[in-house]
Order: sequence, then structure tokens, then C-alpha cells
Amino acid sequence: MSLDLVPIWTVILALSVFMYVLLDGFDLGLGILFPFAPDDRARDAMMASIAPVWDGNETWLVMGGLGMLTAFPVAFAIIFPALYFPVLAMLLGLVFRGVAFEFRASASAGRRHWWDRAFFWGSLAATFAQGCVLGKFVLGFELNGRQYAGSTWDWLHPFVLAVGVGLVFGYVLLGATWLVMKTEGELQRWARAKARLASFGVLAFIVLVSVWTPFLHQHIAARWFSWPNMLFFSPVPLITALLALWLWRALARGGDVAPFIASMGLFMLCYLGLAISLFPYVVPHTLTLWDAATAPEGQAFLLIGTMFLIPVIFTYTGWSYWVFRGKVRAGAGYH
Amino acid sequence: MDPVLLSRIQFAFLIAFHFLLPAFTIGLASYIAVLEGMFLWTRRPAYLRLSAFWVRIFAVSFGMGVVSGIVMPFQMGTNWSRYSELTAAVVGPLMGYEALMAFFLEAAFLGVLLFGRKLVPPWVHFASAIIVAAGTLFSAFWILAANSWMQTPAGFEVVDGRFVPVDWLQVIFNPSFPYRLAHTVVAVYLTTAFTVIGVAAWYLRHARHAEESRTMVTMGVLLATVLLPLQLVIGDLHGVNTLEHQPQKLAAIEGIWEGGPGQPAILFALPDERLEKNHAEIGIPKLASLYLTHSWDGHVKGLKDFPKEERPPAVLPFFAFRLMVGMWLLMVFITAWAWMVRRRGYDSRAFLYASMACIPTGYVAVTAGWTTTEVGRQPWVVYGHLRTADSVSPNLTGADVLISLVLYVVVYAVIFGAGLYYLMRLVQRGLPEDLPEARPDGRPARPLSAAQDA
Repeated sequence: MSLDLVPIWTVILALSVFMYVLLDGFDLGLGILFPFAPDDRARDAMMASIAPVWDGNETWLVMGGLGMLTAFPVAFAIIFPALYFPVLAMLLGLVFRGVAFEFRASASAGRRHWWDRAFFWGSLAATFAQGCVLGKFVLGFELNGRQYAGSTWDWLHPFVLAVGVGLVFGYVLLGATWLVMKTEGELQRWARAKARLASFGVLAFIVLVSVWTPFLHQHIAARWFSWPNMLFFSPVPLITALLALWLWRALARGGDVAPFIASMGLFMLCYLGLAISLFPYVVPHTLTLWDAATAPEGQAFLLIGTMFLIPVIFTYTGWSYWVFRGKVRAGAGYH
Repeated sequence: MDPVLLSRIQFAFLIAFHFLLPAFTIGLASYIAVLEGMFLWTRRPAYLRLSAFWVRIFAVSFGMGVVSGIVMPFQMGTNWSRYSELTAAVVGPLMGYEALMAFFLEAAFLGVLLFGRKLVPPWVHFASAIIVAAGTLFSAFWILAANSWMQTPAGFEVVDGRFVPVDWLQVIFNPSFPYRLAHTVVAVYLTTAFTVIGVAAWYLRHARHAEESRTMVTMGVLLATVLLPLQLVIGDLHGVNTLEHQPQKLAAIEGIWEGGPGQPAILFALPDERLEKNHAEIGIPKLASLYLTHSWDGHVKGLKDFPKEERPPAVLPFFAFRLMVGMWLLMVFITAWAWMVRRRGYDSRAFLYASMACIPTGYVAVTAGWTTTEVGRQPWVVYGHLRTADSVSPNLTGADVLISLVLYVVVYAVIFGAGLYYLMRLVQRGLPEDLPEARPDGRPARPLSAAQDA
């Protein structure tokens, strides 16, 4: 038995999912804010701010899915059938919002609002469904050996739905702070106000989920509240609180970039908290990362390419963000 | 209701509709790169106007391809979890490479291709067009490697029911892969060519964009003139490869029940699975043996040489294959006609109408070809090793899959209906009046600030 590739695959998978949540998070959040925007010019500017990048952002979802398939196929084969309907809702939501970019630009003025709605409802459905996927993941899966033994409706649970709503607030916060960064004038002031509103929701749900999670499983409570873990992990809630304060101050003082960075920081801390709660499980509470890993031959082959290509991807994706840097203005042209 | 059958219908439905878009955009990406390059080289404005026009069409089609494509890998998780778990070590990395080498690349440079003309120097914009085109081809490479491995698996061993890769070169370059890749890429290039020819014919018929439209027809016809004979050769080689590695599929395609020497090429028949024979058969004696084995008396196996539980359905591959070949014949016909009316600037009403009517030929051909090869692989999902019936997610009920199937059909009807409508509107709107401006000397202070065309 050669090198253990599970830790590095864990990092790659965690990175892919996190990249997806951050990047498509602001895309989807912007979609949820869409119908509430002051006017059509504002909506045009909102869309123009993400039109060149949304496709790349969503690619991280595919990467995360395929990374899981390759490295942890047992988990892939349990989680996706169990989440059949949330995944269906997510995919259909992504279909509607994805085509809305081009269809909206092609539609006649009278029909444009159809695709505004498709963009909103698609973004909302995809976000809520992703929250449900996360919630069910934390809740755990009923197994028989290494196969899923529950039904396709087991995800219907108050905790799962709560996480779904929480993620809606989270993505809205990312979307609003992205807009604060990318816009100016009235639209920016509007985005700032929405970011502030969303931040209260986010904080409320962070507290709710953080309190609820330890009650779900004994070992999560033990992980956090045993000594000396309590000491080691105490910075997580502390830094979260500091980031929230920074976010509010930046929103109040008129910072352009700081609110977006603070929001991303909040997401990172939540992600870290989740990892602390769930490690080393990839099918929470039953199968560890090592239990669900695939044959090392498959992992190794993709790993070579991944190690080489991920830095290349970061480089050219960063370059494309650089090309479209700066503020986008209302009335910005499409193509 | 049977979750296996419903899941198969769902997968077939989703992949068929998804594939219509790459079937167009792979060729279109290359075409746009050629147009951009031709403009930089010749400075002829027609090329730039054409590129700006097709980029707009590309944006709509590619967006639909992306969203319907994201659905696909998740099907493997939701509906085919047994297949995913058992084949992950082989199929996962192949699809992973598709994401790493193709999807990210296409996405990043597509943004620059669509929105960056004013923001980057012309050569960077041209390079972006080439990179997007290359990305679409990388994507075809990896996904067809995965598909071909399912057709003609190689380079693996089975450990506790799981497929474990042993030799990656054999996995990727499995026996049917080179033929399938060449066959598919040529097919999608032809699909784009006949779409471009048909759109140009519509403009010529309505006396619009005459100069650009003649350029489009000429470019399309030149490509078709090279690729159509090439496709015949590749198709023949692919068939011989299938005879060697998937003889039951080939027997179904040819409509051969009784194996033996000197098989006829069956032009038409009504295969009957129950009686294990053909009705109303019209064939050319010994011809199939000739093109399959390159000998008049070559021996070809028939469906009855295989136990019933290892035979593919006889009807669908038989007719789908003939439909595909029929589309090829229509393309040959249009191409020959184009050469005849070329001197007149393609000014022939009948030719223009025929060209418009033949826009669907490529899409019908790739869908029919895909149906032939995928149905012909049944009852296996990994040929000879893993049955489709053993691949479905065990917890799914028929009702679950029925709900999702109905929702997918409804959503795709809306999305593809609207997409087709908007694509036709874009064609109707025509080529841009003004030449798209390249980046002025100084970089504009505000990206996307000056509207190009609303």
C-alpha cells in the first residue's frame, strides 16, 4: 500500500466546494436580490457585473461533484440518491437562472420580466436546495452497510429546512456585498442597505445552527465542549463575532471592498466550524473519509492533473476577473 | 413502474437534448476562431461582422449547453449510484479531467470572447477564441474517452465488483475511442457547417447580407467537401471496430439474425424480435460482408449467435443507423448542388430552400448515431461487465423517477422552446450594422461602461 492520498483529496474536495459556495454564492445571492432592485437599469448593471464570470463560478460545482465521485465514490453513491429531490430542485433552478442571462438580453422589452422571474426563482430554488443538501449532510444518512437505506424524502426535517433558509440569507449577503464592491451611486446605496438586512439574518442563522448542531449528535457536542478542545476552538466563534462587527462598520462607513471580504470571511469561519463538527466523516456520523475512498489508482491519476491544473485555473480565472475589474455602471452594454 | 426503465428514459432524454448544443457549439467555436483569424489576416470587414453575429448565437447556445450539461454528472449520482460507485475509479478521473482541462478553460475565456473585445488587445481576443475552441475539443476528448471505455472497456481489473484502473493509456485509448472521437468531432463540425449554410441560404433568399452569406456558404461547403468523404472512411473503420469488439451491436445495426458468410447489406427491413427474423427485407447480396470484412464471403455474426439476455434491442439501432446514413446522403446532395450553383453566387431558389430545409440534418444525424451506439450497447452499461439493470440507485421508486422525469421534460420544453425562438430571432435580426470596435488605444476607465450594441 503506497502513499495515503485521502488527506490531499479531502483538501481538494473541500477547496472545490468552498470555491463554489463563495463564487456561485454571490451569483445566486445577486439573483435572489434581483426583483427587489430599484429599476431595470440597476438590474442590467447587476447582470452585467456577473455575466462574464458566472459560468466559471458554476464549474466549481461540477468539479466538487466529480472530485467526490473520484475520491469518495461510496459517499457520492449515498448522498446523491438520498438527496434526489433537493438535487433535482437545485439543477432545475440552475437551468432557469443560467439561461436567463442570454434569454433576458434577447427577449423583447415586454417579455423580459419573464426571465427576470426565472432568474430570481431559479437562484432562490438552487440556493435553498443547496442549503437543504448541507443540512441533510450535517444531519446524517441512514445506512445499511455501505448503501443508503432511507427514502428519498428523509431530508424533510426542520433542521434541514432551517439551514436552507440560512443559506439564502448567506448568499444574499455575498451578493449584496459583491454589488457594493462593483457598483456606485444609488445602486450601491441600495446594495449596502440590503447587505445590512441580510447580515442580521445571517448572524441569526449562524447562532441558530451553531446551537442546534451539537444537539443533533453527541459526538459533535463532545468535539466542541470537551476540554481542551473548547480552548482550541474558541477562536472560531470569537473571530466570527469580530468579522460581523467589521462587516457592520464597513457597511456603515462606506467601504467598497471590505464588506465583501468580511462576508467571505464569515463563510470561511462557518465552513471551518462545520469541518470541526464533522471531521473525519464524509458520510456524517457513519463513514469516514477513509471508509469511502476509492482505489488509489484512480485518485493518483486525477491528482497529478489536479495539482498541476488548479494553479493554472486560478491564474487564468484571476486574469479574467482582472479584465473585468472595476465598477460596472447602470446601462452597461451587453456584449 | 420500473425505476430502471424510467431512469434510462430520463438519462436518454437529458443527454439527447444536452448533446444538441455541443453538437453545434464545438464546431461554432472553431468557426468563430477561424473568422476572427481571417479578419486579423485579411482585414476584410465581412469576417468581423460574421464573427460578431455568430458570437451572439454562440453565447445563447453555449449557455444552454452549460446548464443542461451541469445536470449530467449529477444524474450519475442521483439515478445511477451503483454504476457510479463501481466505476468511479475509472470514470471519475476521466470526467474530472474534462472539468479541469475544458470547463474552467472555456468559462474563463468565454467571458473575454463575449464581453472583452474592448477590454483586451485584438490578439488576446483572438487567442481567447482559439482557447474556447480548444476547450470544446478537450471536452469532447475526455467525455468520449469515458463513453468509449463503457463501450469497449480496457486497461482495468475487477476487484470485488469494482473497476480498478491498471493502465491509464489503455483506459483512455481503449479500442473504440480513436474511431468514436474522430467520428463524433467530424459529425459535429458537419452539423455546424450545415447550420451555417442554412442560415446563409435564408439571408440570400431574403436578399440580405449577400456578401457575408456567400462567404458563409463557401466556407461551409468547402469544409463539407473535405469532411463528408472523410466521415465515410471513419464511419467504415468505426463499423469494422464495432464488429470486432461489439459484434451483437453490429448485428443489430445490420439487421442480421443468422450469422454466416456472405451477408447482404440490408437497406430496409422490419426486424421482429419475437420471431427473430426480418420482414419486408430489401438487401444487396454479400455487400455487408464486403464492407465489414473486406471479403465477399466474410463471416459476420448474427443476433441469434448470442443468448437472448445478451442481445441489444433489434429495432432501434437498425433504424437509427439508417436515419444517420440518410442524413449523410442529404448532406452530400446539398454539397454537390452547392458546387453546381456556385458560379451563380448560389442564386438558385431551389438550392436555397433545400439548404434551409437541411439545417436539421446534422442534429438528426448525431442524435441517431448516438442512439445507435448507446442502445446497441444494451443490456450493458459497461459492455460485457456491468448491466444497466444493476446500475440504478437502489433506493429510488418508480414514482420518484417519474416525478423528476416529468419535471425535466416540462422545464426542457420551456427552455429549449424559448432558446430556439431566441436563436431564430437573432438570425432574423441579422448581422450587426456597425463593425464591433476593437479596444481603443487607452484602456477605458470603466469596463462594460460604453454600450456596444444594446
